[in-house]
Amino acid sequence: MATQKPSPDIRSSRLGKSEIDRNFSDLHPPLSRPEALIEADRCYFCYDAPCITACPTGIDIPGFIQKIRSDNIQGSAHTILSENIMGGMCARVCPTEVLCEEACVRNLHEDKPVEIGLLQRYATDPIFEQNNQLFERAASTGKKVAVVGGGPAGLSCAHRLAVLGHDVVVFNRDSKPGGLNEYGIAAYKTINDFAQTEVDYILSIGGIELRNNSPLASAAELSDLCEEYDAVFLGVGLALSNSLGIEGEDMTGVLNAIEYIADLRQAEDKSKLPVGRNVVVIGGGMTAIDVAVQSKRLGAEQVHLVYRRGPEQMSASVFEQTLARTSGVAIHHWASPERIIGGDHVTGVEFRVESSDDRLHLEADIVFKAIGQNMNGDGLISIALESGRFVVDENQKTSMDKVWAGGDCVVGGDDLTVSAVQHGKIAAIDIDRHLRKA
Amino acid sequence: MIMADLKTEFLGISSPNPFWLASAPPTDKAYNVNRAFEAGWGGAIWKTLGEDPHIVNVSGPRYSTLFSNDRRVIGFNNIELITDRPLQTNLDELRQIKKDWPDRALVASIMLPMDEASWAKYVPMIEDTGVDGFELNFGCPHGMSERGMGAAVGQVPEYIQMATEWAKQAASVPVIVKLTPNIADILPPAKAAQDGGADAVSLINTINSIMRVDYDSLTMYPTTDGMGTHGGYCGEAVKPIALNMVAEIARSDATRALPISGIGGITNWRDAVDFFALGARNVQVCTAAMVYGFKIIDDLVDGLSTFLDQKQMTLDQLVGKAVPSVTDWQHLNLNYIEKAVIDQDLCIKCGRCHIACEDTAHQAITNMVDGERRFEVIDEECVGCNLCVSVCPVDGCISMQQLTTGTDPRTGEPITDEKLQWTGHPNNPMRKTG
Ligand SMILES: Cc1cc2nc3c(=O)[nH]c(=O)nc-3n(C[C@H](O)[C@H](O)[C@H](O)COP(=O)(O)OP(=O)(O)OC[C@H]3O[C@@H](n4cnc5c(N)ncnc54)[C@H](O)[C@@H]3O)c2cc1C
Ligand SMILES: Cc1cc2nc3c(=O)[nH]c(=O)nc-3n(C[C@H](O)[C@H](O)[C@H](O)COP(=O)(O)O)c2cc1C
Ligand code: SF4
Repeated sequence: MATQKPSPDIRSSRLGKSEIDRNFSDLHPPLSRPEALIEADRCYFCYDAPCITACPTGIDIPGFIQKIRSDNIQGSAHTILSENIMGGMCARVCPTEVLCEEACVRNLHEDKPVEIGLLQRYATDPIFEQNNQLFERAASTGKKVAVVGGGPAGLSCAHRLAVLGHDVVVFNRDSKPGGLNEYGIAAYKTINDFAQTEVDYILSIGGIELRNNSPLASAAELSDLCEEYDAVFLGVGLALSNSLGIEGEDMTGVLNAIEYIADLRQAEDKSKLPVGRNVVVIGGGMTAIDVAVQSKRLGAEQVHLVYRRGPEQMSASVFEQTLARTSGVAIHHWASPERIIGGDHVTGVEFRVESSDDRLHLEADIVFKAIGQNMNGDGLISIALESGRFVVDENQKTSMDKVWAGGDCVVGGDDLTVSAVQHGKIAAIDIDRHLRKA
Repeated sequence: MIMADLKTEFLGISSPNPFWLASAPPTDKAYNVNRAFEAGWGGAIWKTLGEDPHIVNVSGPRYSTLFSNDRRVIGFNNIELITDRPLQTNLDELRQIKKDWPDRALVASIMLPMDEASWAKYVPMIEDTGVDGFELNFGCPHGMSERGMGAAVGQVPEYIQMATEWAKQAASVPVIVKLTPNIADILPPAKAAQDGGADAVSLINTINSIMRVDYDSLTMYPTTDGMGTHGGYCGEAVKPIALNMVAEIARSDATRALPISGIGGITNWRDAVDFFALGARNVQVCTAAMVYGFKIIDDLVDGLSTFLDQKQMTLDQLVGKAVPSVTDWQHLNLNYIEKAVIDQDLCIKCGRCHIACEDTAHQAITNMVDGERRFEVIDEECVGCNLCVSVCPVDGCISMQQLTTGTDPRTGEPITDEKLQWTGHPNNPMRKTG
């Protein structure tokens, strides 16, 4: 009996433009002044506040909130940005429920932490809107540092180095700076091109030359940089998506989530993006959640997210998982993909259900792989690697002379924007120490 | 559910409850007072009457406010004067209101020049409307004192006595003297009112104050055409000042017999309990009504009745209940020792007690115990000052507990039942011996 070969149902404009615009508007709208003042009043101004410790960049959180209370917004922003120059983006994308807000003592009191993320956005938004330069460069040291990678890690490092009086050249592979802030973060977390606004603010300190479309491609090029510059910082992120290694992975319709998200972030008009009717996402991290939710918000009818382990093991936070569910994404646990089904184009995925002989079969017009990325470290192999990432010490120093590294490309990170910013900052401070000694 | 009866007699003036509106905008005219009585207020002191021609108010901001961050009104300031309507209009309305609301207390507040003839002329004229009593406004801190009235009189006990005598001679209904807090000691004015024959005192009127400056223009705020003047402070923030003055009068030998109408910051029934327990027999409210409207009377009445029921007390029994507990510092028992105790189950580890005690008190609270964030009182250092209780955000988490046996770990001195007052303390050079 001849089986009928279904044609994949992939098309754009599944929803009207206005509905899509609504679906991609600010996930957490900013606080108004009255809301911010009331929320700021909830801060207890703790001694040795646990939230400060919980923030990877160590922002003086009670300090900046105190300044919001007294309408000293500029001072508040300065408190934030002097520890975390991407305090604006972090206010939008940090999983605060597992960082500062998890540590808030209000959780013990009433199960409702102070909305630190939203207050941080309230304090920093006006600074970017007015392009209010809060930092000044120290006297020039005459030293030159090469920063490879224009993502959060690289830009944070570059900014701090510039403030400390060094001159910086940023070599960036992509045609725009910002790294995953520009190409990765879910669209509804950073609307109105905030990533570029923030980069512009960072660069406006002066002393930073940005070279886009300038990938570092080989160990030889790295050696050249070390020759030409007084120090090198690597913040190249993770370039390659992991593959599933199963049958059918090369069919059309099996996509890397990261690439689709990058297209989505760069799309002028999201309603023009092709979307599958049935979408299956394989993975359990932020990327998996983001591609699932955004597919749904673009109009996919059925979106299934399948993760091979349980909810506790998912690296996406509880908040992210809830966001997916409330957006209409069906989440399946304890099921691993066994094979992709279809002809030239994918029609479905078969999963093996953990500790049983059962199979889960899901129809798919599009399958997204979101099982993590790895670094294309081959060209830079002269540096010690561990599971494909650079090994660094507590000052972000690699095994190679004059070379520091940070962000997603180093071992032991938690793959968050805020951690990348902290790595860049720590590296800059250590580089400065070295350059002043030399 | 039968609730405690709040029907009150104050100086023989009866009212369904002890909550009267203070002389101020809420009692400015018949329209407001009608609405107040409909809402359930027990009585009203009419907005202060004066001689014709009536004064005029500024046509700019009269009020300014001390806000919390969520714009709750904590303190309130005004530069309003006494009534700005013709005397006859007020008299006609007083007459009508008394007729329409015979069960409510209606008292005329008056402010007159310091000559006997004025009092002899106006007091009978006003009494003729049927009012239940007079309140003499010796308190208004602005505008009127420049004309030799209001606080200008209230700050000089001789004048208070003189004017009270004139009022008493001309009036057949009770006379209440309203005192200004803008003095060093409340007792001489209270005594002067009593000596002048006052049937009661009411207090406090508003406190001289400037709210703030304008941070753009760096002028005081608010201004009328660029200039401002001090006004009278009232609202929640002034309650502690009022309570002290009420208690001083209630516990002083010279004035304890004088009935008191308590005023200042009363916003809910608990505030009223404070005033009653410290000696007031009825209370007056202005700012809370101006901020929330007349409906707050529901909570005042309901809350007080419920409280009295729970205490199984009458209002009369509540009046003055706390007065015996008020004394002079020198009579406090210096042998009595309390230590702060932190309930670790309730502690949310904010550390505010630690930093407060560490930076500004007695270094008596830990921040770490065995390498863990933990806040415990060090009895060897604790002086029992109550600062940690004051700053702790969790109700009931830190309490002060008395040491009854053994020695005080701080001083090494044995705990004793024997009382030791400063008057007899060895360190007091003027101690009374024997
Ligand atoms: C889909 C997705 C959603 C995410 N959502 C969140 C979130 O909500 N919250 C959060 O905190 N984190 C989130 N993350 C993680 C976060 O984006 C990263 O941890 C962070 O961007 C890492 O910064 P980075 O600078 O190390 O790397 P990247 O942001 O990856 O930047 C790397 C930069 O280096 C450049 N580059 C790469 N290779 C070279 C080369 N050879 N030569 C020169 N330049 C090079 C690239 O062009 C890029 O500009 C998300 C990640 C993804 C993928
Ligand atoms: C706007 C305003 C006007 C006032 N006018 C008078 C007045 O005419 N006569 C008077 O005796 N007290 C006047 N007062 C004082 C109040 O009657 C009352 O004594 C004082 O406000 C304290 O009480 P509270 O804290 O409940 O407001 C006025 C107060 C305010 C706020
Ligand atoms: S009562 Fe005073 S001295 Fe004692 S612990 Fe508390 S703040 Fe410190």
